Amino acid sequence: MEAAAVEKAEGLAMYKLILCLRYLRTRYIALASIISVTLGVATMIVVNSVMSGFAHEMHSRLHGILSDIVMESHSLNGFYHWEDELAKVKEVAGDDIQDVTVTVHVPAMLSMKIRDQWMPRHVTLVGIDPESYAKVSDFTQYLKHPANREHVDFDLKESGYEGDEGSPLRDAGWGHRRGKVMYERELEMQLSQFREFEETGRWPDQDLLRQKRITQPAPIALVDHEEEVAEKAILPPFATDPGAPPLPGTRPEELNKMANAELYDPNKKGSDPFSSRRGLPAESTYDPLQHQATGLILGIAIGSVRDRDQTTGEVKDYFMVLPGDDVKLTFPTAENPPKAMNATFTVTDFYESKMSEYDAAFAFMPLDQLQRLRGMIHPEHGTAISSIQIKLKEGVNLREATDKLRAAFPPATSPYRIQSWRDLQGPLLSAVEMEKTILNILLFLIIGVAGFGILATFYMIVVEKTKDIGILKSLGASGGGIMSIFVAYGLSLGIVGSGVGMVLGLLFVVNINAIASVIEWITGREVFDPTVYYFREIPTIVEPWSIAWVVAGAMLIAVLASVLPAMRAARLHPVEALRYE
Amino acid sequence: MSNAESQGMSALEIRLQRESVLPDHEARRKELTGPHINTAKFAQPAAVAKPTPSEKKKKPLLETRALHKSYRKGRLTIPVLRGVDFAAEEGKITSIIGQSGSGKSTLLHLMGTLDTPDDGEIHFANTRIDRLSSRQRDSLRSRAFGMIFQFYHLLPELSTLENVLTPIMISHGMWRYWSARKQFRKRAEELLEMVGLSHRTTHKPRELSGGEMQRTAIARALIAQPRILLADEPTGNLDEKTGGEIMEILKRLNREQNLTIVMVTHDSSIAAQGHDIIRLTGGRVEKQ
Ligand SMILES: Nc1ncnc2c1ncn2[C@@H]1O[C@H](COP(=O)(O)OP(=O)(O)OP(=O)(O)O)[C@@H](O)[C@H]1O
Ligand SMILES: [Mg+2]
Repeated sequence: MEAAAVEKAEGLAMYKLILCLRYLRTRYIALASIISVTLGVATMIVVNSVMSGFAHEMHSRLHGILSDIVMESHSLNGFYHWEDELAKVKEVAGDDIQDVTVTVHVPAMLSMKIRDQWMPRHVTLVGIDPESYAKVSDFTQYLKHPANREHVDFDLKESGYEGDEGSPLRDAGWGHRRGKVMYERELEMQLSQFREFEETGRWPDQDLLRQKRITQPAPIALVDHEEEVAEKAILPPFATDPGAPPLPGTRPEELNKMANAELYDPNKKGSDPFSSRRGLPAESTYDPLQHQATGLILGIAIGSVRDRDQTTGEVKDYFMVLPGDDVKLTFPTAENPPKAMNATFTVTDFYESKMSEYDAAFAFMPLDQLQRLRGMIHPEHGTAISSIQIKLKEGVNLREATDKLRAAFPPATSPYRIQSWRDLQGPLLSAVEMEKTILNILLFLIIGVAGFGILATFYMIVVEKTKDIGILKSLGASGGGIMSIFVAYGLSLGIVGSGVGMVLGLLFVVNINAIASVIEWITGREVFDPTVYYFREIPTIVEPWSIAWVVAGAMLIAVLASVLPAMRAARLHPVEALRYE
Repeated sequence: MSNAESQGMSALEIRLQRESVLPDHEARRKELTGPHINTAKFAQPAAVAKPTPSEKKKKPLLETRALHKSYRKGRLTIPVLRGVDFAAEEGKITSIIGQSGSGKSTLLHLMGTLDTPDDGEIHFANTRIDRLSSRQRDSLRSRAFGMIFQFYHLLPELSTLENVLTPIMISHGMWRYWSARKQFRKRAEELLEMVGLSHRTTHKPRELSGGEMQRTAIARALIAQPRILLADEPTGNLDEKTGGEIMEILKRLNREQNLTIVMVTHDSSIAAQGHDIIRLTGGRVEKQ
């Protein structure tokens, strides 16, 4: 006990502190050896922050339009009596569940008319109940129209779609639709005049032409199967309407005024004069100038291409469809064997989750319409759905909840696949996780290598200080005392090195976008290509704990690297050391 | 628990202290840190009763008996000391002379517990010190011995004043040192003044001349109030005049403060300035 007390007093002796500080101040070679630690720490902090930022961004995007857990039927045709299953789900995990909704998923072909040509693309058509789906996923917050973000529906809005400066999305809506339809009609009219002139050698009678203009449009079938019904409709109800469609060539502003006495107010529910036409009955006439077909919300990458202007290098979106345009969807019915169902839809909004995989995949439409079109409404059994989407309460463990549900619906016997959003993106998430781990290991190895640099430098310093060590020992300093000078020296170098590294790293992280733009300016190349990454700013997250670990690890390495030379110093024989010249 | 035990000292230290090898800690600290210290007071170490001349003859302060030391070079064994019987009496200057390579420094290092003998005994103030643990030896070196070397051996990173304070810093814990640092500084300044270096306190060793460095080394050797000064060719690296000045300081210390000095030299005129002269030849003592 007494001996310990002496040691303790010795442990904090002044000469160690003074010598340690003096060595720190006079031996710049040691500071040079610590630079690699500094750089290692700075790099680790930057890489970790950026990777965390990416991972977070990616997680929120991957999760974005997905719900927490999806219970998906194996069959594309879905299942009936889903209310029972829903009850069972609530019974099993009711405490964990915040909201549930049901959806129908079906692969579909989306055909867009571009420059008189139909261009088909593959999409996954999702029938949703907008009210409940909005509660289950973050889908609504990615919509382009602010009113839809507040309260999503499938009605085409007059205007107000948000896009970048100069983006055609800003002009989308009813105005765009009317302008486009009328332009197409007038074009058709002019072409028919030429055709007639070519055939008969005479220009058509202008009065007749005028009449024809008014009686436009010819009835269009919205759904192929119901063509016969649609053909019955002859005269549109507004033929005699004083507010009949204006003549072609009218300016868009005037068009808007004429077509729409009351301008659309997104805050006023139901103020859209055409909203009542949604879910248009099959037998009624469809005038694209006045009516919209069933609304469809598309992923932005389905309706547009993001490309770089070759000359200016600017990244721009080119839209193939805009909200207000009609598109055709072809998808299988729920019959056996399935038939192809063809139907016209009006694009009412885009979503941009910034996750290009999702933005290019999904098209959302009203659940009831999809069920109707696919024949999933049974007079006795009710409706069929293909998946149950579950949102968990805050703080509930995703894995546990999924396992609980899996136990209740064993995959061997129940026709569902239960997957969390993480499972759906499992390979990607684990790849990113792996990448981060490997990068961390590699970078820490760099610091480890720096540790060997410190080791070598310290050996050099110990050799150089051999005589001083002998002097100190001849004055009564203990081996442990000498050792602690060098260990403390190593620790202080570690503190300085990793501290400076931390500051540098954090400064880099804070200014990373400015630095990226400087690099861009120097190299003339974009560091992060927005056509690939879908964001214009590099996301970073500074995690205090990971920084603490990095800094502590670097200090530990500096200390460990100084222990061996310090032990050598402690073991030096005083006489040998004194003889050393 | 005795006062000494409460200070956290080992049994040996207590024994050494009881036998006046080590001065009483508390008393010494008081003296070191006392408000009115002067160099004159330093002349009589408080714990050591000034021995009468008759006692001196009987009891040498530092004594070796049949000391053997050889160095091993591979299979070759080089015997350096072959049964050295040496005694340094209290209050005297004892010179050790001998040819280069005769083992003078080796003997001094052994007596200063910097090395251990192969055979034989070393006694300091009637206590055998050649079998001590390294911690006990460290403590002895920092408290009872003052050492001076031919090449001064100052720490290049420290100023003159800090160099003088080093032994105190080594033997005192940080807080004990810090709480009494003003007194320690004052003492160091007084010592530097005594060796005539009061104007050089902030200089680094490389800014000093050889003589000034050796004076600093003397001040350093004295700061812990040692009972004995072991000097290995203190003038060996200095010109005659400067060496003479250093010898004057040592002699004055011996005269005024009754400090026991063991001094190694190969210069017989320097050796002649001591009370006793011991010649080492062939690894043995050849009495004058
Ligand atoms: N570590 C060692 N290994 C081998 N031989 C050694 C070692 N240290 C000293 N010696 C030898 O021991 C002998 C005595 O050396 P020491 O330094 O004691 O001599 P000295 O009398 O002090 O000489 P000088 O007057 O030149 O200082 C020398 O012959 C030397 O070569
Ligand atoms: Mg010698």
